[in-house]
Amino acid sequence: MKPNNFNYVRAESVDHVLSCLAEHGENARILAGGQSLIAMMNFRLVEPAYLIDISGLDELKEIKTNGNSVEISAAVTQAKVIAAADVNEHLSLLVDALPNVGHFQTRAKGTFCGSIAHSDPSSEQPLCFAILGGEAVLKSNRGERVLAASEFQTGMLATAREDDELLTSVRLPKQNPSAGHAFEEITRRQGDFAIVAIAVIADGENIRIGVGGVAGKPEVRDWDGLADSDIDDALNALAWELGDNEDIHASAKYRRQMVRRVGRRVIEEARKCRS
Amino acid sequence: MTETSSPLKYLGQPIERIEDATLLRGAAAYTDDIPVPVGTLHAAILRSPHAHAEITSIDVAAAEKQPGVHAVLTGQDIKELTEPFLIVLRVPLDQWSLAVDRVRFVGEAVAVVIADDRYLAEDALDHIEVKYNPIEAIIGTMDAAQEDAVLVHPAAGTNVVSRRDFSYGEPEKAFAEADRIIENTIDYPRNSQTPLEGFVVVANYLPGEESYDILSNFQGPFTVHPVMSKALRCKGSQLRMRSPAYSGGGFGVKQAIFPYVVLMCVASRKVGRPIKWVEDRLEHLTAAIAAPNRVIEAKAAVMNDGKIIGLHFEQWDDYGAYLRPPMPGPLYRQHGIMTGAYDVPNMTIINNLVMTNKTPSGMVRGFGGPQIYYGLERLIHTIAVELGLDPLDVIKKNLIPADAFPYRAAAGALIGSGDYQQALEISENEGKLAELKKHRDDMRAEGKLYGIGYAAVVEPAQSNMGYLSTINTVEERKKAGPKGGNVAIATVNIDPLGTVSVTADSIPQGQGHATVLAQIVADEMGLTPEDIIVNMERDTQRDPWSIATGNYSSRFSSSTVVSAQMAAKRVRAKLADIAAQTLNVPAEDVEFAGGQVFAKGNPENTLRFSRVAGTTHWSPGELPADMAPGITETATWSPPELEPPNDKDQINTSLTYGFVFDICGLEVDKVTGEVRIDKYVTMHDSGNILNPLLADGQVYGAFGWGLGIALSEEFVYSEDGSFLSGTFADYLCPTAPEVPEPQILHMVTPEPFTPLGAKGIGEGNVMSTPVCVANAVSDAIGIRDLQLPLSPSKLMSLIDDDEPAAPKSIADAKPATSKPKSGRGLSGSGQAIVPVPPTEVWDTLLDPVKLAAVIPGCHELDLVGENSYTADISIGVGAVKGRFQAHVKLSDLHPPDSVILGGGMTGPLGSSSGGGRVTLTAVDGGTRVDYDYEVEITGKVAAIGGRMLDGASRVLVDQFFKRLIAQIEGGDANAGDAAGSWWSRLLKFLGAG
Amino acid sequence: MPQLNQETKHKINFTLNGKAVSGYTEPRTLLSDFLRQEMALMGVHVSCEHGVCGSCTVQIDGKAVRSCLTFAVQVEGRAVDTVESLADENGELSDLQIAFRKHHGLQCGYCTPGILMSVEAFLEINPKPNEDEIREMLSGHICRCTGYTGMVKAIQDVVETR
Repeated sequence: MKPNNFNYVRAESVDHVLSCLAEHGENARILAGGQSLIAMMNFRLVEPAYLIDISGLDELKEIKTNGNSVEISAAVTQAKVIAAADVNEHLSLLVDALPNVGHFQTRAKGTFCGSIAHSDPSSEQPLCFAILGGEAVLKSNRGERVLAASEFQTGMLATAREDDELLTSVRLPKQNPSAGHAFEEITRRQGDFAIVAIAVIADGENIRIGVGGVAGKPEVRDWDGLADSDIDDALNALAWELGDNEDIHASAKYRRQMVRRVGRRVIEEARKCRS
Repeated sequence: MTETSSPLKYLGQPIERIEDATLLRGAAAYTDDIPVPVGTLHAAILRSPHAHAEITSIDVAAAEKQPGVHAVLTGQDIKELTEPFLIVLRVPLDQWSLAVDRVRFVGEAVAVVIADDRYLAEDALDHIEVKYNPIEAIIGTMDAAQEDAVLVHPAAGTNVVSRRDFSYGEPEKAFAEADRIIENTIDYPRNSQTPLEGFVVVANYLPGEESYDILSNFQGPFTVHPVMSKALRCKGSQLRMRSPAYSGGGFGVKQAIFPYVVLMCVASRKVGRPIKWVEDRLEHLTAAIAAPNRVIEAKAAVMNDGKIIGLHFEQWDDYGAYLRPPMPGPLYRQHGIMTGAYDVPNMTIINNLVMTNKTPSGMVRGFGGPQIYYGLERLIHTIAVELGLDPLDVIKKNLIPADAFPYRAAAGALIGSGDYQQALEISENEGKLAELKKHRDDMRAEGKLYGIGYAAVVEPAQSNMGYLSTINTVEERKKAGPKGGNVAIATVNIDPLGTVSVTADSIPQGQGHATVLAQIVADEMGLTPEDIIVNMERDTQRDPWSIATGNYSSRFSSSTVVSAQMAAKRVRAKLADIAAQTLNVPAEDVEFAGGQVFAKGNPENTLRFSRVAGTTHWSPGELPADMAPGITETATWSPPELEPPNDKDQINTSLTYGFVFDICGLEVDKVTGEVRIDKYVTMHDSGNILNPLLADGQVYGAFGWGLGIALSEEFVYSEDGSFLSGTFADYLCPTAPEVPEPQILHMVTPEPFTPLGAKGIGEGNVMSTPVCVANAVSDAIGIRDLQLPLSPSKLMSLIDDDEPAAPKSIADAKPATSKPKSGRGLSGSGQAIVPVPPTEVWDTLLDPVKLAAVIPGCHELDLVGENSYTADISIGVGAVKGRFQAHVKLSDLHPPDSVILGGGMTGPLGSSSGGGRVTLTAVDGGTRVDYDYEVEITGKVAAIGGRMLDGASRVLVDQFFKRLIAQIEGGDANAGDAAGSWWSRLLKFLGAG
Repeated sequence: MPQLNQETKHKINFTLNGKAVSGYTEPRTLLSDFLRQEMALMGVHVSCEHGVCGSCTVQIDGKAVRSCLTFAVQVEGRAVDTVESLADENGELSDLQIAFRKHHGLQCGYCTPGILMSVEAFLEINPKPNEDEIREMLSGHICRCTGYTGMVKAIQDVVETR
């Protein structure tokens, strides 16, 4: 389990990264935290010719609040996100969800944006990105574009990022302080990828629910003014809509059951937290 | 010489370990840390992606040309230079250290690359071209036992390569007279304790001596040494096995290193350089070893009051693809004690040894015990449920009476001591069972699924080296000669300055054997454990050893320590004789304490210990008459109770038999199916305890793994033979949040058959905890048939399998996805509308140029037969760089209505095969294309990507058809995967053929 | 030198266990392999090489990270600490190491160096963790021998006495 050869580029600036990407395109991979990427490289599932290391770029280590959103740059670790004052003040869903990401030791290096870019369907961060209605900021030598989460996340481990683009940051709109939220996931062990992860934001009469771990990408639904008595039917429809993927850890049916049962629990919890 | 002894000062005390100061600094030298000879090269192994296939060709030419590569060896090299490994049966189940002509499990070693370093060796693996002809794999144990099953070893003529039945007492009579016959069948899964340090071998062929010098983390038993030397066609003395003092965990598993020892020996001989191989985690999980999975049909002849008068066990033990020595140990190691803790005089045992296309089974902690007790203690629980009794009452009703020891069990075990009734009583009181039962009542009143389970287990230790011969008939055994005993060896030596050193034959794997040996010897010498140097390395050319040498069957506490104490006593007696001359007292009045040797009752009349010891070095002439010079003693010991099996097939399989009784209280979450261990009490009678700190450490550790067996750990195979648990994210070892602290209780009935009175303690909870948890879960949910590990998904299907139907809109939208799946064969279906008539779609499928454009990464299809193509596909897109050889075949053609599209791919990342029917129906506006498919994916990508295979393969098949449609519509065939990630691209290739 | 070419050894300078050091490495060499083979720090143990087991955990700039999920070239200019740094200059074991011995928090010792490095980094951030927090932190490590009880007690002991 040793990685194949690659040329290592220690990025000196974002512009440097973009020029490397422009030159090498699909033959290059961005190394931020590397907690998924290097594991895959060790298995030789991924064998990039160029590895562009952005982990030393101070300009990508910022968490900023701009008006109504909090912007997390590409080299910010999960540990830093959890500890950030801006996040604690405005994005308490992340504070609940991110401690479930891997372990203390992987969160010290793994980055928030790296996880968004990797787009593992069972990871907590793409789910949070989706339900919070975040935006992905993509830069290339051709310019900058900003994609909504729903445009960015295209499928299992797939995003709308082009080969010459760098996901420089993710913008997350501040949560409405009067809205309630809750997060829960089912795993076989502490820190494992979620079999089912559910996040809910209850804002007034609107229920926004996001489900990870079931379909190819996080799925988000808005149920506005749904009567209490209709929640179970809505969850059942959602459970069936998400497909019937299964793996060695859980059957498709179990995943549907958890969408219904844990979904109900998380909705109730989120509604309780409304102010 | 007169043997005397001091009162024990250290033995029996919770002495901190002498090993730890080294380990905690990171200074312990494990095998991979030890310097190797100059010029040592490194090996990497190519492994089979197929569970069962003929090897039609291996081309190593390109690999040999890679930078840094010195050689590539294949099965043909191995066949020329070695013999197949000896096995216990006279059945042709030939196995070499590399596959010869045929692979029989995913991960079987097929070729080995020798290169300057491991990175370069792995680089070259991708350049070896192996052509396989896949054969149907047989995975299910009971499927393999069918008469018409595909044969794993055709030469054997059957997959059930051994079947023996045994009858003890009068089982037929018991079953005829019983009030009830109660049955329970269990199916114990494959698992392993997976030490964190993998196998490491450094092999050096020494041409001058025609011998092999091996440094490895082999842990014994040395019964395997002759197996290796026979395979290498060398004398035993020409195979020097060296094991270091420190090992990163063993649990039996490291025994299975031996095929790699032989492989690296051959490689060293071929290349003329020392060779080092370090097993990686994927290799270990895929191909090292598993405890045999086992089906047991257990029946009890019971009276209505719960008294068991007869037992009937038929076992099918699954050894995977090869029977590697000392297999089938797990089927016979507990043979004498199959009645467990119960006084049941009548028993039938039928043992079937089954071969399948899975990783070969091997030694794993518990060694048959977890399987047997899962069968026996689930049966006890089932009897209680069926008879409406409390399981604890059924246990009590049948326990061996306290006054019956030493007790000869029906199948031959001689249990020296015990008081099981007292053990239960202490457990109930100290473990507060009454409170726990009340808590269960309260929880149930709240609607919770709460259960209590019990398990009573007899824990055998120090195996009889003759137990495996029970597999042979009485006549066969007579012909081969009797086998029994278990030799222990230790040496105590004193240097000129009076420092005591100890070596012994246990090859510890982290248990703290050095500390215990230091305790024993310190007590004999009147020194402290810190004064004793214990070196646990073992070298077959320099140290005494026997076939019993090694770390297994909990033999240390009842065996190795005995020989160490014997050696220490002899040294002490010699020192006493020497000192007696100077102290002018009889030798029996010489005492040892505080580093002094002195006259009993007159401590002023004293000599320094070092002075007395030094005499033997400096002035042998001063020694008493007839005393041999020097001060080194090697003692060997084998207990007489370990007799060979008798003519009635009774066998005292182990020397000592401890007792474990567990109580577990747990809740099964009604909403999620998760198990929450609420309380766990474990009572141990391990005889005299040599070091309570270490003894409890063994219990905590065995409990931790027992929980893993119960709840999360399993090597999963699909029905087609793909292996799906190749990472530590798929093979789920419990971590700290998953393992609560159990309450440990002890009682002591000293073992009469070993001088220190100690029984084993390291394996008990591996046998008791899985079934105790399962019994508690069964009690909680009221379901009998449970399949370990008890995952939330499985439990939910038992608790509440109903679910609301899909809303009509969704059900209508996905017509055919409800097809039942077989194992991990992935299947699905879909539909698309194409705005051209069916004939045009048909033409695209039949046109090699157009079809090539549909298959991603394919530039050209080579026609190899009618509608049959091959293609070299190189994935040069996205992050994935991989080469695959693909074949595509169109069959069952019904132009222009339907066709079957089939094929497969092979490459370094794995193999796939699959196919599906494409049906074309003319509709308004064009053609409706309906497709269904089944894809089997095997090899590395299945082993490490199991979590996403299902979803990703749907993506890829969908994308294949999107490309097809795009092609037909004249658009860009690549449109379908604009968003393709490495996964979808990869899996597209694997499955799209 | 922003680009380091493959199949070539490059010089890296960093601080290792408090001392400025340099070494040569190819880009693809894992930090775990580099520390073992080039820096002769055999207390860095390799087990899973995919970031789950935690055996290879070291500290980089005071944070506990997987050395198998880090390339050696990435530690240029950084401070790396391994288990070899824990005992004091006289070779005396640290309070944490002593507590592990006292509570029998290790058996084969293979996972132990990584765990010790995690614990030290963790206690910097959370000096007074409760048992659940300790166990959550430990979930980033697999120990096959001990069932974790001894090491939890050892950490609690240190938390109380520091």
